[in-house]
Amino acid sequence: MSALLEVEDLHKHFPVGKRGLFGRPASWLRAVDGVSFTLERGESLGLVGESGCGKSTTARTVIGLQRATSGSVRLDGAELTHMTRAELQAYRQRMQMIFQDPYASLDPRQTVGSILTEPLIIHGIGRSRERKLRALALLDAVGLNPRHVNRYPHEFSGGQRQRIGIARALALEPDLILCDEPVSALDVSIQAQIVNLLKELQERFGLAYLFIAHDLAVVRQLCHRVAVMYLGRVVETAPRDDLYRDPKHPYTRALLSAVPVPDPRVEETRERIVLEGDVPNPSDPPTGCSFHPRCPERGNVPGDRCAVEIPALEELGARRLRACHLEADDGPRS
Amino acid sequence: MALLDVRDLSVRFETHQGTVRAVERVSFRLERGETLGIVGESGSGKSVTCLAILGLIPSPPGVVESGAVDFDGRDLLKLSAAELRHVRGNEISMIFQDPMTSLNPLLTVARQLTEVLEIHEGVSHREARKRAAAALGDVGIPHPEARLDAYPHELSGGMRQRAMIAMALLCEPVVLFADEPTTALDVTIQAQILELMGELQRKRGTAIVLITHDLGVVAGMADRVHVMYAGRLVETGTTHALFAAPQHPYTRGLLESVPTLTGDPDAELHSIDGQPPDLAALPSGCAFAPRCELVVDGCRSAVPPLEPVPGADPAAGDRRAACFEVKP
Repeated sequence: MSALLEVEDLHKHFPVGKRGLFGRPASWLRAVDGVSFTLERGESLGLVGESGCGKSTTARTVIGLQRATSGSVRLDGAELTHMTRAELQAYRQRMQMIFQDPYASLDPRQTVGSILTEPLIIHGIGRSRERKLRALALLDAVGLNPRHVNRYPHEFSGGQRQRIGIARALALEPDLILCDEPVSALDVSIQAQIVNLLKELQERFGLAYLFIAHDLAVVRQLCHRVAVMYLGRVVETAPRDDLYRDPKHPYTRALLSAVPVPDPRVEETRERIVLEGDVPNPSDPPTGCSFHPRCPERGNVPGDRCAVEIPALEELGARRLRACHLEADDGPRS
Repeated sequence: MALLDVRDLSVRFETHQGTVRAVERVSFRLERGETLGIVGESGSGKSVTCLAILGLIPSPPGVVESGAVDFDGRDLLKLSAAELRHVRGNEISMIFQDPMTSLNPLLTVARQLTEVLEIHEGVSHREARKRAAAALGDVGIPHPEARLDAYPHELSGGMRQRAMIAMALLCEPVVLFADEPTTALDVTIQAQILELMGELQRKRGTAIVLITHDLGVVAGMADRVHVMYAGRLVETGTTHALFAAPQHPYTRGLLESVPTLTGDPDAELHSIDGQPPDLAALPSGCAFAPRCELVVDGCRSAVPPLEPVPGADPAAGDRRAACFEVKP
């Protein structure tokens, strides 16, 4: 049986600059540049990286909010990238999305009840009364008071609004939810509530998550596997514990080492890898490995291979992949 | 004598929803060369406290109800607008979360920097330009001369934040207010900026008030920490003492709800039940009582004062907590 979601060599390029005489753009921004991963039923995969690495674009392309430039997205073996909107509709039901900003992603003029029943109406599910009962059950499932079904989004706090967004995503009983930074706009004490809720719902409904986040500590709490992206490409994927215990890509190492630790004793003693420079402009990426200008371990690769040759994502032990020219056992273990 | 001594500061906002009590009787001191972290979640009053000290509360709707801010023998709250402008930028500087909204998009980086020097120090344009380039170099901007004529939008987020730090430090202030200085930045860039701030502080002895929601950032940067909840200080202490043995149930809950890279990832995260209070309709008594695990009847009727933690190690600094249930 195939995996629930298979993404293969996905590309999404955006035109940049003025279109010339024959309608050709000046250049292309390769936001997603050959991304591949799979996701099993009930599994959660964290897609992490910094702004502009293409993680959100990957999610939006997977769910079909924008067309892929090339590559393949298969849900249960069915190819989605060539489907018409009407054909996609049936698959959308099985794949839902939660957004970062609970303020911007809910219609302020709709009651919570109407927000939750709208997907059911669109997909022609149930009769009016059944839909209403379903809305009440959904509110209960996400820890909101069903008696608030007739309230409007502004009457809820940020954390409660994110619960409404989650309830809406659950309405169609999907197999897969794409979560785009679902807790990064929330305060710490509320963030923990939502992380716990997502975990509980996963177990209860057997959901798979594609969890997009920049916060590595949150991802560790929620995901079984992690894929690290840099400038449109996946540079490392590994099961959670392997990645956090022994990161193999120099970028993953730097990323983990940059996370501030809420313990002054640790902060005082630990050695931090501070990367030089900024994330390069994705419309003008460096040659070769796009991380090479900032890479602290570049000196360990002979010659100018890093500046010339794009490293392929290759197998590195059980269920681990890495795109790097370093010898497999080079670099510090932590 | 403390460098900055804030006493009994209260700020309210008159809004359509009623009176919002943003800051209630906040007192703290800042010593020379130290970093004081003020932590709290949205609406805790940490930013408003900082704005009030700097005389930047928009009025209306804001009203600084009471308080005094002693700085170098003067009460900042009593200075005229012109006197305050002289203090700000000269002796006290600030950096904010979003450099894009604090830099003027219509002026080149050079102009924003030289303006500060021309206004505050009356140096010539040529001299100001030279010093501006040196300041950009100091904060780690490569090829500073070439960047002088760039506009803010031409710089990356990290570079903009560096430019803003350069601007804030131009007149060598003795106090720097940093309000969520790295919140908008990616973690690898955040690490660069925090390292830069620490280095500049060691070199120049600037005292920093670091306002943030990020307990990790505070743990790495601050000498002392003050925790705010619903407009009040609820706990104070040295960073080490406070993280090692948090006393207030809110501080404890907050520290336990942060996911870390070392905790048990399969255990349920501790979370604080309920929602932060509505500042326009605060409960009588302790504002944390509705969410508190240790709540007793007395908590709902009287506001617990911020008092020394009984039996605290004198090395833990000024160890105080505002909770009736803190016992030796």
